[in-house]
Amino acid sequence: MQMSHPSDPRRDQARQFILALPHCTALGMTVDSVSDGEATMSMPWDDKLVGDPSTGVIHGGAVSTLMDTCGGTAVMAHPRGPATTATLDLRIDYMRPATPGQAITATATCYHVTRTVAFVRAVATDDDTDNPVAAATGAFTVRR
Amino acid sequence: MNRPRPEPVQIVKQRRDTALKALVEGIPYVQFLGITFERHGDELTSILNFQDMLIGNPALPAIHGGVTSAFLETTALIELGWQNLWTEIESGRLDAETLSPKTLPRMPKTIDLTVDYLRTGLPRDAYARAKVNRSGRRYASVQIEAWQDNRARPFAQATGHFLMPPAPDA
Repeated sequence: MQMSHPSDPRRDQARQFILALPHCTALGMTVDSVSDGEATMSMPWDDKLVGDPSTGVIHGGAVSTLMDTCGGTAVMAHPRGPATTATLDLRIDYMRPATPGQAITATATCYHVTRTVAFVRAVATDDDTDNPVAAATGAFTVRR
Repeated sequence: MNRPRPEPVQIVKQRRDTALKALVEGIPYVQFLGITFERHGDELTSILNFQDMLIGNPALPAIHGGVTSAFLETTALIELGWQNLWTEIESGRLDAETLSPKTLPRMPKTIDLTVDYLRTGLPRDAYARAKVNRSGRRYASVQIEAWQDNRARPFAQATGHFLMPPAPDA
């Protein structure tokens, strides 16, 4: 986990925001770091997230939930980003099964913001950080 | 002309319902989200039974986009798994009564999923159906649509590609 400055107001604000979202709390999501247009978030391993009982691999839906939340956080963390946002579309590519028992960490980058739309890409990994589990690209709403 | 007598309706229903139950109830994440399935013949409708912990945005309030995505993906996976299982149990190759995660046919794997969020997911039950546009030996392409109050006004739709499990004799 990346260490941020103890009094990073933007990270603290993002943390408070995420803690207020019931489903993110249910999944135990944490905000690891937040900077200009970028966010890193983690989700601990839990047996209830298994999608394939024969292999014990986590369900893709849980990974996409983490990437969607992380994407929204990156949009709000952009210097010209909105105070609140919603996902317009999200495409997820599942590159390999996540290793059972390991936490998932997603990093999202909001790489472009217009007056109406924010564009995001995100990557998710388990302990093997060199080989992503999933990648996503999405568009989010910007309301001013 | 001696056609075999059709099986009694209870036997047919029980076999199919038992098989569907085995397929769905073995998946922890599907249980966690509270997704159930209704069956009419071989047609499935998935139901996302609303609970407060599915909320993503408490200000609106709205169902979390990730939950919607997971709901659509699950609908597609179960549809593909069900089509496969249906053939196996109706032909008698598999016995619905003895199905367990160990004996169930392998599930397909998601390659990619593209979700369109059309409207806010309201804090109430949602429904979805999947349409398998192509199902080959290795790959399947599936479209999924989810709605709440009004079937003609979907709140999300998705298209996804799936890797099919190898045939049992392969």
